[in-house]
Amino acid sequence: MQELVDGLIRSGLAPAALPAWVHYLVAMLVFGGIVVFVFILPIAGITTWVERRVAGRIQSRIGPNRTGPAGFLQWLADGIKSLLKEDIVPVAADAPLFKLAPYVVMTGFVGAFVAIPFGGPLIIADLNVGILYVTAVTALVVVGILMAGWSSNNKWSLLGGIRSAAQIVSYEIPAGLSIFPIVMLSGALSMQSIIQAQGWEPWRWNLFHNPFVFVAFFIFFVAALAEGNRTPFDLPEAESELVMGFATEYSGMRNLLFFMAEWGNLYVIGAIVTTLFLGGWQIPWALPDHPVVRTVLQFACFFLKSYFWVFVAIWLRWTLPRIRVDQMMIMCWKYLVPIAFVNLLGTAVWMVAFPAGLPAAQMALFLLGVALLGVFAWRVTYHLRRAGLTRAELSFNPLSTARIPW
Amino acid sequence: MGLAGFEVEVQRPQADGGLSTEDMTLSMGPQHPSTHGVLRFVVRADGEVMKEAIPDIGYLHRSIEKIAEKVGWHGFMPYTDRVDYVAAMPCNQGWAMAAERLAAIEVPKRGEYCRVIATEFNRIQSHLLSVGSMAMDIGAYTPFTHALREREYINDLIEELCGARLTFNYMRIGGVAWDVPPAWREKALAYVQRFEPLIDEFNDLISYNRIYTERLANVAVVTAEDAIDYNLVGPNLRGSGVRYDVRRDEPYSVYPELDFEIPVGRGEMGRVGDCFDRYIVRIREMKECCKILRQCLQQLPPGPVITKVARNFKPPPGDCYVRVESARGDMGWYVVSDGTAFPYRCKIRTGSFAAISIVQKVSRNLMIADLIAVIASLDLVAPEIDR
Repeated sequence: MQELVDGLIRSGLAPAALPAWVHYLVAMLVFGGIVVFVFILPIAGITTWVERRVAGRIQSRIGPNRTGPAGFLQWLADGIKSLLKEDIVPVAADAPLFKLAPYVVMTGFVGAFVAIPFGGPLIIADLNVGILYVTAVTALVVVGILMAGWSSNNKWSLLGGIRSAAQIVSYEIPAGLSIFPIVMLSGALSMQSIIQAQGWEPWRWNLFHNPFVFVAFFIFFVAALAEGNRTPFDLPEAESELVMGFATEYSGMRNLLFFMAEWGNLYVIGAIVTTLFLGGWQIPWALPDHPVVRTVLQFACFFLKSYFWVFVAIWLRWTLPRIRVDQMMIMCWKYLVPIAFVNLLGTAVWMVAFPAGLPAAQMALFLLGVALLGVFAWRVTYHLRRAGLTRAELSFNPLSTARIPW
Repeated sequence: MGLAGFEVEVQRPQADGGLSTEDMTLSMGPQHPSTHGVLRFVVRADGEVMKEAIPDIGYLHRSIEKIAEKVGWHGFMPYTDRVDYVAAMPCNQGWAMAAERLAAIEVPKRGEYCRVIATEFNRIQSHLLSVGSMAMDIGAYTPFTHALREREYINDLIEELCGARLTFNYMRIGGVAWDVPPAWREKALAYVQRFEPLIDEFNDLISYNRIYTERLANVAVVTAEDAIDYNLVGPNLRGSGVRYDVRRDEPYSVYPELDFEIPVGRGEMGRVGDCFDRYIVRIREMKECCKILRQCLQQLPPGPVITKVARNFKPPPGDCYVRVESARGDMGWYVVSDGTAFPYRCKIRTGSFAAISIVQKVSRNLMIADLIAVIASLDLVAPEIDR
């Protein structure tokens, strides 16, 4: 980055009269803008399309299919529509805070992308406090939601904002406690170092390092869902209870920004899970040695792994009901936090007992994970078999019984 | 508005000079996603915990009872659809039965069977909407679309039967308007055949989901005594463990000839009479509806579906009280005739109106999220409350 700007100055393409820091600043803003508009916003947007298509399949309907192939451009159409909508600020609202809140939420979400390692060289900044930075910056979302809830001057919004604050602050603790074992294992906070401490083979991922980390993974995913305000933890929005929670009074683009942050956060959750537990962008070194090909493969590997968790979150959202506020708090403080502490201590003990790790245990845990997936797949097919509906029965139409062989 | 205790928010000064707190008054409705129509609750809450939820009704009052006095006996039939548009057939039937009893008209057997078939299909329809929207209110969106898909198929069937999908206007004084169309019986039987296993699928989908049962069990328990004291009817009453059903206890139409069970709440997940019991009773009733439908469709006798009734229908002076089991329970029709072409008075007693009166009692010290579950589990339909 710096070399590129220096080169531009030397070659005279950038006016040399200005001080160097102006060039750096301009270059950073341009680069940041490109990343945000070319990569981050489309990820959030396309996730909305994926979510609606998946939801359609789950709910035995089709979902958006008009704009573009299979409705793929629906997210762009919705974005343009929202931009053109009137931006209403209620008379009773605290206008400056009300207008600012969506940007704070967006900042929290976009900021997290700075430290996400998409591939060996593909990271905006490999901060030496990477994972701490991501945790801190995503926590900014709660400030924005609280601002939105308070400044709307609406009791439903206020309830939503308060719920969100309580929820995110509580679930930060099990999430943080589940990150610590990984930090201990890899001896670093930097995202790239955490990935480099793992191998490309699944049994050398952190997930299977020891039983405690295996449990920590699930705690982290649940806590991350709660921080991302996703079902079963979508209490801050809770459409059937709080109308639309903290976003009740928002309209047009500001409303969309909240939801863009929500969908984008899904990807951030997936990326963090992939980095911490699932080996990140690690690919077998036997693959082509060409740097570009390797980077592309690494990116594909990382993206697919993290997008799988986006899909899981979408799946959960359209399957599960919402839990109640008190149940949410009980789950966090009575179950997740104590277990997370046990995991932390357990990992420490494990590291003292087996300084070089225990390959047998890793392999056993890996096989356990495979077995769990197998049982799950069997359950799913069991329900499909039990429903016992043939294709003809699934597409039943009572008005054309002639085709049904009863 | 005259709701006592809500003019001033309750102040609670702290004895030790700390911050004084006050209750928050929330107006839930008339426009709110989960009040099932235009219904309003004034909620006094301390944070997430409700002190009280007072129902405020009347937003959907359409003077249907007064209209009865102005449009005559035959002309009132389409208006009865609007009493409870989610389950319009029982309303049709109540009005027709009241007029028939006043004028001592005998309905042909086939007409009675048609009425029962239409009513039971309508009951399934209504229960599907109820359980589907209940799951949606708890936060699971998928069961709703699955329930509504089935509801659409039943709509299609009823549309073939009477030409309408929501406000049916199917029954007439003395019978029903149209006989079943050709081959409709087979289609309906095929549909019942398909629908029955889908109830199990629906149970797999949501009913015994851990989060769902945790949300509903032990919430808003209505004991059998309370249910009787507050005059709850239908699935709400049966959810509290009271085995009472107008179809069995004060039989009308052809119900005495049919074999069906009356499911009651058993407190599977918590205590008898909680939200889950009221929910699961509806699920089980759909199965019973399938049983009734199958019997009716198989036994459907030949003959006319309607007797001849004078166009200028003038029942002799007198009054009568007719009960039908609507999807929301015992629906009473008190009709007074003064011997003219117009009813002298019509009074409708509906299940939702009784059910909403218990909300204030059971909602004390619940969470705000629980109020949604209570409203959904009582299956409140706003037009039926106000009429």
